[in-house]
Amino acid sequence: MLPTTIATRWLSPATNESKPTMSVFRNVVFIAAISGLLAGVILAALQTYSTDPLIFKAETYENAGGHDHGAAPVAGTEATAPAADAQAVAPAEEEAWAPADGFERFAYSALANIVSGIAFGLILVAVSEFAGGIANWRQGVFWGFAGFAVFTLAPGLGLPPELPAMPAADLVSRQIWWTLTVVATAAGLALIAFKQSLPLAVLGVALIVAPHIVGAPQPESHESPIPADLHHSFVVAVTISNLVFWVVLGAVAGYVRNRFMSEPAQSLNGRLA
Amino acid sequence: MNTVSALGTDVSSQSRIMQLALAALLGLFVVGFLGFSHMEVVHNAAHDYRHSMAFPCH
Repeated sequence: MLPTTIATRWLSPATNESKPTMSVFRNVVFIAAISGLLAGVILAALQTYSTDPLIFKAETYENAGGHDHGAAPVAGTEATAPAADAQAVAPAEEEAWAPADGFERFAYSALANIVSGIAFGLILVAVSEFAGGIANWRQGVFWGFAGFAVFTLAPGLGLPPELPAMPAADLVSRQIWWTLTVVATAAGLALIAFKQSLPLAVLGVALIVAPHIVGAPQPESHESPIPADLHHSFVVAVTISNLVFWVVLGAVAGYVRNRFMSEPAQSLNGRLA
Repeated sequence: MNTVSALGTDVSSQSRIMQLALAALLGLFVVGFLGFSHMEVVHNAAHDYRHSMAFPCH
């Protein structure tokens, strides 16, 4: 079997001989950076034209309805203790920085998309290496489906994408449920895909189902100033844009890995190009 | 068909696992910071991104 050092040479000729120790980390970062950059740029474009306009529209309801998510509960009257007074004053003075509407807001969203694209790429590529690595762009598409299922589909079943001004349960409990659902779904899929064992596959299905039996934290009332069709459009836009993001991320990661990380694979590239 | 071997077959398996874990943790840390940080400034900067990625947000 040929060694994979060609990647090291390609990446950084100067350090090829002297520092082979971190070659795995460097190659993962390299693949994640290219695939994450591309997928992140595409996601930013998709959001700009699909989800962002719906968010802006929802904010008009938010501002009209007086449901300001930054505001603390209204404190009592003059008769209440001084502590309550201090609480009432606090939100007004700690108005945190936010990007100005328009280009600045777009730029920060795009930056967040690209950075998170690379970060999701790091997770995807590193995890897939434990399973032998993404061999080519087609395998990458399926790895992308898995990422989509883990990070969008599963948590989105219990906690559908929300628009501003929509009622929601306590933030921390939702974040905990979201995280546990992601972990359980990833573990479940891995058991099904990589362990050739029926009991473990059953356990995998159970892990995927369990968070939804427990159920996501829900608000006391779903009554919302946001029209149902606006929210529905948003759910579809978020789901589809994330699907495209994950498929691109996986496919590009597989393509880059195949093309630059292995010499024998070069012969395959004629068909893929 | 699958002619691409896993990355890092030339380094020790322990080193390989450490490096892969490091890469995955770095990714998780960045995603967590962008999507979950309670810092108001991070929330505001990445607000539309959070909504569009269906992260729990305010």
